[in-house]
Amino acid sequence: MEGGYLVQIIQLLLFLILFPLISAIVLLFAGKSFDTSWIVKISALGIGAVSLYLLAVGFDKGLITYAVSSGPVDLVMIIIELVIAVYLLYLGIRHKKYSAVILVLVQAALILWFEMTYGRHIELSYNLFFDQLSIIMALIVGIIGSLICVYSLGYMETYHQHHPEIKDRRRMFFFLLFAFLSAMFGLVFSNNLVWILFFWEITTFCSFVLIGYSQTEEATNNAFLALSMNLLGGVAFAAALIYIAAMDPSGRLLELNTLIHSGYVFAIIPAVLISFAGLTKAAQLPFSSWLLGAMVAPTPVSALLHSSTMVKAGVYIILRFAPVLTGTTEGLMIALVGGITFLLASCMAISQSNAKRVLAYSTIGNLGLIVACAGVGTYNLMWVAILLMIFHAVAKSLLFLCVGTVENRIGSRDIEDMGGLIERMPKLAVMMFIGMAGMFLAPFGMIISKWAAIEAFITAPFGLVFIVILAFGGSASLFFWCKWMGKIISVMRHQENLETGIRPEKWAVLYILTGLVVIVALIFPLISSALIEPFVMQIYGETTRLAQANITIMLLMLGLLIIMPFSMLFTGKAPRMAPPYMGGMTTEGGMKYTGSMGISHDLVLSNYYLKNYFGEEKLFMTGTLVCWGLILIALIMIVGVIL
Amino acid sequence: MIPEPYEAIVKAIIYLLLAPVLGGLIAGIDRKVTARMQGRVGPPLLQPFYDVGKFFEKENLVVTTTQNFYALSYLVFMAVAGALFFSGGDMLLVIFAFTLSHIFLVLGAYAAFSPYSHIGAERELIQIIAYEPMIILTAVGMYMVTKSFYVGSIVQSTTPIILYLPGVFIGYLIVLTIKLRKSPFDLSTSHHAHQEIVKGVTTDFAGPNLGRIEIAHWYEYVFLLGVVYLFFAWNPFIAIAAIIIAYFLEILIDNTTSRVKWQMTLRSAWLVAGTLGVINLGVLYYLRMVVVP
Amino acid sequence: MTYLAKSPWIIHYDASSCNGCDIEVLAALTPVYDVERFGIVNTGNPKHADVFLVTGSVNEQNREILKNTYDQMADPKVVVAIGICAASGGIFRECYNVMGGIDKVIPVDVFVPGCAARPEAIIDGVVKALGILEAKRQAMNDRPAATRKPAGDSV
Repeated sequence: MEGGYLVQIIQLLLFLILFPLISAIVLLFAGKSFDTSWIVKISALGIGAVSLYLLAVGFDKGLITYAVSSGPVDLVMIIIELVIAVYLLYLGIRHKKYSAVILVLVQAALILWFEMTYGRHIELSYNLFFDQLSIIMALIVGIIGSLICVYSLGYMETYHQHHPEIKDRRRMFFFLLFAFLSAMFGLVFSNNLVWILFFWEITTFCSFVLIGYSQTEEATNNAFLALSMNLLGGVAFAAALIYIAAMDPSGRLLELNTLIHSGYVFAIIPAVLISFAGLTKAAQLPFSSWLLGAMVAPTPVSALLHSSTMVKAGVYIILRFAPVLTGTTEGLMIALVGGITFLLASCMAISQSNAKRVLAYSTIGNLGLIVACAGVGTYNLMWVAILLMIFHAVAKSLLFLCVGTVENRIGSRDIEDMGGLIERMPKLAVMMFIGMAGMFLAPFGMIISKWAAIEAFITAPFGLVFIVILAFGGSASLFFWCKWMGKIISVMRHQENLETGIRPEKWAVLYILTGLVVIVALIFPLISSALIEPFVMQIYGETTRLAQANITIMLLMLGLLIIMPFSMLFTGKAPRMAPPYMGGMTTEGGMKYTGSMGISHDLVLSNYYLKNYFGEEKLFMTGTLVCWGLILIALIMIVGVIL
Repeated sequence: MIPEPYEAIVKAIIYLLLAPVLGGLIAGIDRKVTARMQGRVGPPLLQPFYDVGKFFEKENLVVTTTQNFYALSYLVFMAVAGALFFSGGDMLLVIFAFTLSHIFLVLGAYAAFSPYSHIGAERELIQIIAYEPMIILTAVGMYMVTKSFYVGSIVQSTTPIILYLPGVFIGYLIVLTIKLRKSPFDLSTSHHAHQEIVKGVTTDFAGPNLGRIEIAHWYEYVFLLGVVYLFFAWNPFIAIAAIIIAYFLEILIDNTTSRVKWQMTLRSAWLVAGTLGVINLGVLYYLRMVVVP
Repeated sequence: MTYLAKSPWIIHYDASSCNGCDIEVLAALTPVYDVERFGIVNTGNPKHADVFLVTGSVNEQNREILKNTYDQMADPKVVVAIGICAASGGIFRECYNVMGGIDKVIPVDVFVPGCAARPEAIIDGVVKALGILEAKRQAMNDRPAATRKPAGDSV
């Protein structure tokens, strides 16, 4: 039936936006005696299944815009925004966080001004849209997001058992998770920039409350830090809306797909402002501290908001504006911010022993790489950026959940305490191993993307700068991943197995995510040809892909990597075990050695952190200064354009 | 361009069969020349083969059975990297496979949970991050000159690549010292008998596993010298002469310098990559990509 | 055809030697004697070594170390006791903490006498040990792997 799919897809889009919201509300108001875990599981299943169904229906459809009447919706949105603003003001004043208060006021004022002056006269017709990039984002949010929600059930229970001092606010926790999912779907399906800003602010708000979940002083401070930095981005976003509306009273250009095709002279100003908002959301360098602070949140929150989805919204919006930024100096500045963030975050991760901070730095770094690709914005870099986004989301969410599970069991998130995990928690250690391999080893995802990035940057303007950044930053990331990997696979004998008592749904989620890391690496050529290439083609009129021969070689390598562990079953000569060499002083199977006076000591091995070279303070200061400089140049340039 | 599949497979097989022979001979010549430099007669030319033969005669002594897997993976992926290189594959893919194989060596050392292996592993990682940027820049430099990442195309180029990439070549030679585990950069393990951390990464490998690691080193030699060849590919005779001179220089440096600390290794390798490599490429980028696109 | 005899790697351990024999062992590794001609390498690591050179007598303090080091060598392996102390305890035999020759702790294949043993004698002893090494290798191959009794305590 011709055109029938249009109706079907819009139904799916609306379902994905509204269904998590309904689940969220049900979860909030369900009676105390009611077992909410079933609602979470069923909702998660529904969201995941519908996202996949959307893929099946929509992957070959290209860009579709939908006329949805916006009148009442706009009103509801403004009311919600004002309610949130009032709530934030109240919290800000109560906690004496006046910078956040000022930003809330400024933003609320901007939005009110926009609505009063322009918004009332603007009636956009095409509020929703849908293309392959939306499908990719929807899959990330729908599959990974719902898996993390299911995982949270078990995690939060153990979390509250371990931290009886923290008030159990799980009802609100799940409400926010699902509200967040709804907002993410809204963000990726909205064509109307006003709507995007609304959903953008909802994600900021969810992130703010979830970071402050434990209500300790540290958590509250970090939550306000995240709020302030994201609001700064929100202010820039609102300013972009006002600029567009002021320049184009018809408001047609408030539609994303029209705006990006409206030409450099007009679109560059909103593009830079919104990209600035994207930089704050993606925790690029001057703003990276909020993401590190956000690690105080329960681990599923870090996995969902601060690695696989919400921060991806930041790069998503920059990716949307990539065609505008291509070849401009402003775009180059944004790309450089991303590049420098990638380099410095990868270096700083070397000096960290807190597993979640390492993951946070790695997330910041990889988002930086995506921003660099999007800022330079040629067609092949667009392809790379989307690929990076997919691989990163899958592998990083797995790693966060693994670290969360380990933390639940051993009571520490320090990498130094994860020694010999392969003996203590074998299954989990293998999962972490696969996740890390996904992050930095050939032929898994991230390295494919870095490779493609080098090949793409080489033909791009000023590409050499980025290649050098990639060469050094890539090596640095190899160091911190590998030493962590080494830590967990050290075989320390006679250890107790701690892998008991992990709930089956947690295992299920971990297994699925591990499977996804491998599957995505196996079928990425398919993802590329079905989703990414058509999208890039539609935007740029040309596209790219890896050479067939190379894909074959990579798949062969992956196959080899998968079968290599089985070689352990066929050892020629029966091995004899001997303790490690310690100058002849080994005792007790290599776990102890005899020191002077015949005293037996435990063998303790620590990793190198090279703090003098890759220490946080120095690199962070440098990065902040340089990146502020770059952002200022970009802002001055657009002021120049306005004048 | 991308080589024909059959031709590529034949080349890969030839490499897989001949590289250990050639690599072993290179190691033998290395030991012989080193001995002469020290005023000794030195071992027979085929000594490396005797050593490896012996390793396979010995008992398989391990700290943990996972070491078998890591040692084998090191060998397999080193061979894969070299085979990809000699069958004319993509340079960057070759580099990634090459790095992957080293990661397995490092993991093998970590797995043993032994102080000497552990320090060796950390140092090996520092060595990897020290040399990797320069190797990637080498591949990028080759692309800038020949407009291809495929070894098959680079080798057929009639351009004297060395004239365009003198800085990159010097940088490559310096990281080659790290890669060949020669003084002053033989931090993680060395081909000499002793060092302050016993044998570094390979301390807790014995018997057949050590043999596999040694064979992997042979594959590695041939691959690394193959990259030297590419700089001079327009004239095979000069290229082979260059390989001989380069290797002789490495032996000379090995015998005349003392081991430095990791700080110095990292700093000098990154400094070289960041100055010689980047300036060379910057000039080339400007000329090739900006002036004459 | 065996490679073992062509590539005997040694580890040298000073049990409680007066350093006389140690100096002679190291002398054998100098360019003058150049034992690398025979493929001999001084490894310093039991896991890589085939020949265990021990100087000095064994005492209560280092008994475990000697045993551990021996156990950490992969089969086939030989032990060469260098100097009279390693053979019998020598002039230290009667000391309160000396147990005597190293054969009190680990099986010795070749005794090289002398106080101190001369480098030529040491080289000669190592060459003799190679014959034993080869015999051990054959014995090891003749026995099927499954019935082979591990040489040391397995952990």
